[in-house]
Amino acid sequence: MVLTALVAMVRKDLLLFFADRRALVMAFAAPIAIASFFGSIFPGPDASSEPARVPVYLVDQDGSAIAASVVAGVRADRNLAVSVASVEDARAAVRRGRSSVAVVVPEGFGAAASLALVAGGETPQIELLYDPSRGAELALVRGLLIEHVMRAVSRPGFDVPYRVRAEALVAGGRARYNGYAHAFAGMGVQFLLFAAIDLGVGVLLERQRGLWKRLRSAPVSRLTLLGGKAASGTVITLLPLLVSFGFAMLVFGVRIEGSVAGFAAVAVACALMASTFGLFLAAVGRTPGTTRGVAILAVLLMVMLGGAWVPTFVFPAWLQSLTVVVPARWAVDGLDAMTWRGLGFGAALTPAAVLLGFAALFGTLAVARFRWEESPSTTTPGG
Amino acid sequence: MLEARGLCKAFGARVAVDGVSLAVERGRVLALLGPNGAGKTTTVSMLAGLVRAEGGQVLVDGRPVGGDTDPARRRIGLVPQDLALYDELSALDNLRFFGALYGLRGPVLERTIASALELVGLGDRARDRVAAYSGGMKRRLNLAAGLLHDPDVLLLDEPTVGVDPQSRNAIFDNLEQLKRRGKALLYTTHYMEEAERLADRIVIVDHGRVIADDTLAGLHRAHPGAGTLETVFLALTGRRLRD
Repeated sequence: MVLTALVAMVRKDLLLFFADRRALVMAFAAPIAIASFFGSIFPGPDASSEPARVPVYLVDQDGSAIAASVVAGVRADRNLAVSVASVEDARAAVRRGRSSVAVVVPEGFGAAASLALVAGGETPQIELLYDPSRGAELALVRGLLIEHVMRAVSRPGFDVPYRVRAEALVAGGRARYNGYAHAFAGMGVQFLLFAAIDLGVGVLLERQRGLWKRLRSAPVSRLTLLGGKAASGTVITLLPLLVSFGFAMLVFGVRIEGSVAGFAAVAVACALMASTFGLFLAAVGRTPGTTRGVAILAVLLMVMLGGAWVPTFVFPAWLQSLTVVVPARWAVDGLDAMTWRGLGFGAALTPAAVLLGFAALFGTLAVARFRWEESPSTTTPGG
Repeated sequence: MLEARGLCKAFGARVAVDGVSLAVERGRVLALLGPNGAGKTTTVSMLAGLVRAEGGQVLVDGRPVGGDTDPARRRIGLVPQDLALYDELSALDNLRFFGALYGLRGPVLERTIASALELVGLGDRARDRVAAYSGGMKRRLNLAAGLLHDPDVLLLDEPTVGVDPQSRNAIFDNLEQLKRRGKALLYTTHYMEEAERLADRIVIVDHGRVIADDTLAGLHRAHPGAGTLETVFLALTGRRLRD
């Protein structure tokens, strides 16, 4: 009888899930659309693709052969989009955000630089005017400029005395970074948590509509009722994640380069965590409206800190260490490990175990806080 | 058949039910009447096992009804005041779900559903979404959902609220049919004419206590000047507004 009731609860919740066409489109189409966008703008380094060029304004006030050589080197750099301009135009371009950095080569630079290199004379100064919101691009331009100036000043015959060979390192032999893999992991986890909100709000609506009374009046244990909800929630939250990844595999060539079993373990553990999070919301929430509002805020914070939007390595160190208490981070890291990082099943164990730990925590809190009795004033007006 | 002995329940400082006792026999209808906030719904909730009684007992055929999974609870059916239905699903899927909660499945479940829908006259609309039903049809389906497991006792909490006279009449016919089948019915309502038509016995509660428990004729005998049940009710509970 317990199994009959459990199966019926899962079947009913799936029917309700598929009955709402508009919500269905949101659950499946939204994560795909957003992840596709993020994946396209953060594709990762790829030698075959054109890099995003940093817009730079270049001002040559010197006019010497050395300055002309610097200008030619900078203009030929595939990492930069260079415009030669007057200093006034360059300043205006940086102020208005049209350029990240303006490089000003001052009058007398060529002669002074040669002298400084050969005879130890006073070093001339190149002025860098930069947009303070784009500090990373300033560092890039500064580094590239050193290379081009050294080449120009030391001619003929001088070149930078080393070459760089960059190799992307992932665990799997054939594994290759695919920006879509991370984007779909992040958005998959985000929308999985949104589905969990629907689960929690759904329980509150069932309570509000008196359905919970009918469920409670049946000879079914409380454990079965909550277990049935957790089971259906796990299946329903898993669906958007799997459909999203299926789309990413078909359209963007995302692959599970690591362990398929590990991917499944992380995904199921994540869905179980989300499902129990939904039950926790149902236990502590009062009304569907306010619960939805607060839960959306909580989920957005969770996925933001979990690295679903931008990788956690861009966070300050203190924040990076703090995000280990955010379940979304373990979910995203676990899915990344099994997809583009190409790690084996062992690498899935820790994220899956942590996610199951969060599931146990949310589940315990939900059971402890769940309101099994209702005062008549919150349900029916008559009696 | 169903008996409540000295039921008590308080919500915080507010005493909702204070020593309510009543009994309803097989093939009989008991109408539970009372003003708003009198304790009717709390009493029904305790009888249905939704709310734990702080004092007293609920018995079916003399045997106390236990916790959530006590098989005795299977002998009680609840028709809540709310339209406790999933609007997004068809009537058939609603009933399949509610029936499965009582362990029904397969051909037995399908037969039971067909019989319940037949009783309430919704057999030809079984595959329609509940959202497309009228208020009266929803009320009838609400009743059908409480009957699936063939309970011996049916608790009906204001089952005719907000329905048109035709649907109300159809529900009365259903209840009279159930009564003829030997079911014990406990019925709460604010409509005195419903109690006059259906009830074999009338219990009036106020401030959580039973203030009258008699047949319709007995109540009239006790209040000789009162022409109708409503007059008796007002004489017992007063005319002061309760909301």
